[in-house]
Amino acid sequence: MSSQQRDPATGERDEPPATVPVPSSSTGQRDGPAYLNSRLVPHPPATSAAKARRFGTWYLAEQHLRGMRGYLDIVIAYSVGNPLVYLFAMGIGLASLVDANSGGGAFGGVSYLQFIAPALLASAAMMTAAGEFSYAVMSGFKWWKTYYGPLATPLTPQQICQGHALAVTIRILAQSAVYLVIVLFFGAATSGWAWATIITASLAGVAFGLPLMAFSASITVEKGQFALVQRFIVMPLFLFSGTLFPLSTLPWFLQWIGWISPVWHATELGRVLSYGYAEPGWLSALHVLYLLALAGGGLVLARRVYARRLEG
Amino acid sequence: MPQTTSRPTVIAADQLTKRYGDFTAVDAISFEVPAGESFGLLGPNGAGKSTTMRMIGGVSQRSGGTLRIMGLDPEEQGPEVRAHLGVVPQEDNLDQELKVRDNLIVYGRYFGLPLSYLRPKADELLDFAQLTDKANARVEDLSGGMKRRLTIARSLINDPRVLLLDEPTTGLDPQARHILWDRLFRLKERGVTLILTTHYMDEAEQLCDRLIVVDRGRIMAEGSPSALIRQYSTREVLELRFGADRNAGAAEAVEGIGERIEVLPDRLLVYAHDGEAALEAIGNRGLSPLTSLVRRSSLEDVFLRLTGRSLIE
Amino acid sequence: MSLVRDADLQLTADRRPFASLYSRNVRAVIVRGLVATKTSNAAIMISGFVEPVLYLLSMGIGLGALIGTVQGPDGTEISYAAYIAPALLTVSAMNGALYDSTMNVFFKMNYAKLYQNMLYTSLGPLDVALGEIFLALLRGFLYATGFTIVMAAMGLITTWWALLMVPAAVLIAFGFASIGMGITSYIRTFQQLDWVTFIMLPMFLFSATFYPLSVYPEPIQWLIQALPLWHGVELLRQLSVGSFGVMTAVHLLYYVLMVIVGMTLTTRRLRALFLK
Repeated sequence: MSSQQRDPATGERDEPPATVPVPSSSTGQRDGPAYLNSRLVPHPPATSAAKARRFGTWYLAEQHLRGMRGYLDIVIAYSVGNPLVYLFAMGIGLASLVDANSGGGAFGGVSYLQFIAPALLASAAMMTAAGEFSYAVMSGFKWWKTYYGPLATPLTPQQICQGHALAVTIRILAQSAVYLVIVLFFGAATSGWAWATIITASLAGVAFGLPLMAFSASITVEKGQFALVQRFIVMPLFLFSGTLFPLSTLPWFLQWIGWISPVWHATELGRVLSYGYAEPGWLSALHVLYLLALAGGGLVLARRVYARRLEG
Repeated sequence: MPQTTSRPTVIAADQLTKRYGDFTAVDAISFEVPAGESFGLLGPNGAGKSTTMRMIGGVSQRSGGTLRIMGLDPEEQGPEVRAHLGVVPQEDNLDQELKVRDNLIVYGRYFGLPLSYLRPKADELLDFAQLTDKANARVEDLSGGMKRRLTIARSLINDPRVLLLDEPTTGLDPQARHILWDRLFRLKERGVTLILTTHYMDEAEQLCDRLIVVDRGRIMAEGSPSALIRQYSTREVLELRFGADRNAGAAEAVEGIGERIEVLPDRLLVYAHDGEAALEAIGNRGLSPLTSLVRRSSLEDVFLRLTGRSLIE
Repeated sequence: MSLVRDADLQLTADRRPFASLYSRNVRAVIVRGLVATKTSNAAIMISGFVEPVLYLLSMGIGLGALIGTVQGPDGTEISYAAYIAPALLTVSAMNGALYDSTMNVFFKMNYAKLYQNMLYTSLGPLDVALGEIFLALLRGFLYATGFTIVMAAMGLITTWWALLMVPAAVLIAFGFASIGMGITSYIRTFQQLDWVTFIMLPMFLFSATFYPLSVYPEPIQWLIQALPLWHGVELLRQLSVGSFGVMTAVHLLYYVLMVIVGMTLTTRRLRALFLK
């Protein structure tokens, strides 16, 4: 017959305390979980609520950016490798064929490398957006349910939406900056305004990505929609947006793809900025407005879908 | 215990071992299961039960020891051995891309069974699993209990002689569990040998003729549920709660009552032949617990005695 | 169900070679794949051949208007579209086969737990591997056929020899699928699979797909000629115009060897892949 105290987790035995029968603990430090005796005091709930209102989107962006650290190596490899490979293959390899056969005039007096560099930059931003705003969004609702954790805190569904969007925007901006450095390394941008293509390309990314985000958030049953988006939207936007050749080269019945494509608008802007491509000012303004409208509209829509799905 | 000696041995494990790198999941365990027996592996999560099951099915390669299933080594003769087994894995791994009925038929094709057998058989099994009206549903749309029943129905498609069930009722509500137990009893009556793992002692007590208690890859005890309780525990248990900080102190005061005392963080267990008498004795000492409860000993108590730990953590 | 008798419980060993890995029931795995396709994702499956067609339209027509003609494998000038079409078919055979044998296998293994349930039956891992490879090749065959029809519709096919591109594309897919499954046996996380995609990209762009190899300095040319995709591109390009030489045999041999090495590797790694 014995009396013994055991920790259920480890099976280790502790000495039983000596006092019998004990009054309840009112004497401060006693054994038991440290949490119950903690001196750490959080700020008042009202402060939490106020901070959540002001910075909630950033807190959530931080959550997503921390998540991206799990695949940081491939993010970096992709950000550096992708521009190297594309600029080399298209801007040098394919260019040798194009420049030899097409004569100088086809690309407004610049080399094929200079012509496609802003297009490749904008396309890469769109493709990253396509990746980040598809499965990851649906999974937040469906598989990993990452959106439901923050929902139990003072944060709102709209902030959950914006936080994810902000994190991806930061990634796209960083990726575009790296891309531009490599473009400069290839000598493919000559203007002093070339730095601004980081912004126009990223704008293409979010102008495409935010409407996609709204769509992804509305998916309840995954039936391969993302494969279809990839095949019937992302690929055509890359291939028919005046990226690899001027839009005017396409037959007239295909040119509308470029007009609605964020990649085309961002590419044209990029060409103005990176080598001074001549374009009327109103057209450049139209490009910017179109991209902003797509991004803004996408965000409004996405916020609504998030709110409906998380709180509905 | 039922008469087992005259029947052939279905499973013979000798010094069976599985290591993952430095971690030993199954540590040289030996046991035999005769035909027609319902044999259980009882232990907490991570005890090595599922790994043992996977080795029996020949889908995990052992690191040491020998294993014979109906006379064959499942690693050398995987397809031959598994042709006679039915397996219910711990997690339902139904084919999400197929409809409910097609799950049964396609699974039967893996055994090379002809469609002329499988079509009527699938309907019988849907009925057995009470899923007839869900035949054309998507797996996704089934409830947890329905998925479990479908997994069990699927494991019966080849009329297996030996059924391996890994935590068959985890995650089911009480009613669904009883339906399932009933189905398993019926199979046992047909002579099917049942091998099951569980961390529910009531399930082990209900279903198993004989069981081994497993902890950290080792066998701690072996026998029928009632024999194990007799051997390692008293008839009744008195559970007392004195409040968070007072249990340990109260244990000293209770000393001498019953045959043995266990102090858990939230309560005190007094093992006694007569629980009510023990409670009275405690009252006589002037102790007044916040709550008290007298119950029969269970396999949980056996496990606590053997390992110093609870089954469910 | 019938009563189990003691006599039912004495099994005799199967003495066939590979008895532990193979139960001669590949057909069940194939049937499962077809039923699943019919139930769940037929539309996506069919749309898979769109990507090379888009490339052909964009680069062949759009860029082709700027480039004009290039030198074909037999020395005559051919249109740029006719030049890149066989290369795009090769790339699509590679992508499809690698996708099926890496991503798809990995997903079915670790997330859908499909193989877990297959391997608890009398199927062996070799049945599963052969069945999955067959399904990948069947898909490759359909895509190659579709793409060849598109080529014909665009007037890019001038000889009956070009029909041989279809079986050749299947051989190319077989080479990549068998190697891919072997590679998957070493994969532990989805992130590692991203690296497979990452390596495919330069192979796609550099293997004389869009412009001749002569652009590169000689050492780089040697490197690319050692890689499988280049052999596939050249093989299909030769078949597309019906121009054969010693190199045709070399390209074919390259893929035959690739299949042998890949299948040997996959068979050896089956235990690591399926039985952990």
